[in-house]
Amino acid sequence: MSRQHEFLQGLRDMLPMLLGAMPFGIIYGSLAGAAGLDAWQTVGMSVLVFAGSAQFIAISLLGGGATLAVLWLTTLVVNLRHALYSATLQPFVRHLPKRWRVPLAFWLTDEAFAVVQQRYAQSDDSPNKHWYFLGAGLAMYGNWVSCTLIGLVFGQAVPNLAAWGLDFAMIATFVGIVVPMLRNCPQIAAALVAAVTALIFHDLPYKLGLMAAAFAGIVVGVALERYQRSSLQQELC
Amino acid sequence: MENWILIFGMLAITFATRYSLFAFPTLRFPQAVRQALHYVPTAVLTAIVVPAMLLPDGLNWALSWDNAYLLAGLATIAIAVATRHLLATIGGGLVIFFLLRWAMGQLPI
Repeated sequence: MSRQHEFLQGLRDMLPMLLGAMPFGIIYGSLAGAAGLDAWQTVGMSVLVFAGSAQFIAISLLGGGATLAVLWLTTLVVNLRHALYSATLQPFVRHLPKRWRVPLAFWLTDEAFAVVQQRYAQSDDSPNKHWYFLGAGLAMYGNWVSCTLIGLVFGQAVPNLAAWGLDFAMIATFVGIVVPMLRNCPQIAAALVAAVTALIFHDLPYKLGLMAAAFAGIVVGVALERYQRSSLQQELC
Repeated sequence: MENWILIFGMLAITFATRYSLFAFPTLRFPQAVRQALHYVPTAVLTAIVVPAMLLPDGLNWALSWDNAYLLAGLATIAIAVATRHLLATIGGGLVIFFLLRWAMGQLPI
């Protein structure tokens, strides 16, 4: 496919994710002021950091008077999963020059990762898949910054915006991403083990329970895949 | 001023995690690592979603019929299994969630 075609397809495939991310951008934009960020800083954080969950945790910690060291450490731990995404996509972007790898890394979010890795998994050998990545990343970025602005300007007009439960949009988005991936036994087992581990360790600080759950799920998935391959027990499920 | 220092520090840390492996284009992963990476999206996203449904406030278990996060979450999973369509899943899930919250009088209106 041509560059333009890939770029537009990336934008288009991202549209459902934008719906899921919108409430977050708006709530973030409306709540950041109460944590002590001025209007420029509120937008600046979305433009420069561009990491929804880290931004949310930062403003809640900031409101509680946390120190810079705690805020940065939390940012690191909350964002560690991006290193896994980076590792997953590295084989597909390694041939690109730095002027591509740097911006694509900046726009690597949960949502862009989910969409882009599916594109790379398709068997066609289009040489322009990085344009798809670019389109997906820019769609998410434009949406996030715009929603931050909307929340900043109009957020105060809706009373109790935080009490509406708009965070359910994240659950719906991630369910929509994960369920179609559960096509074989190892993937289902990885999901179940990750879920149980996350529940057991949910009260660990800094989302460490999330990292423990991710690793447990991955280990079980790989172990089961190898077991199936060695014994050819595909009929297990 | 301190807020800008915070923001630029967060930029550096977030970018470092995202760029971490893109920074080493010559690095090739062993087969075991490549195999493991197939399970990253499933494991990470499930580990975010399931606690968000069962402990919506992040602290307390909410295994009850008035937990709209849990009920609508299960309905969303059912939609995803039936349709395998992302927009239908997100849109349908949100509609069910807000209908439940409205019916249970949990919306601030």
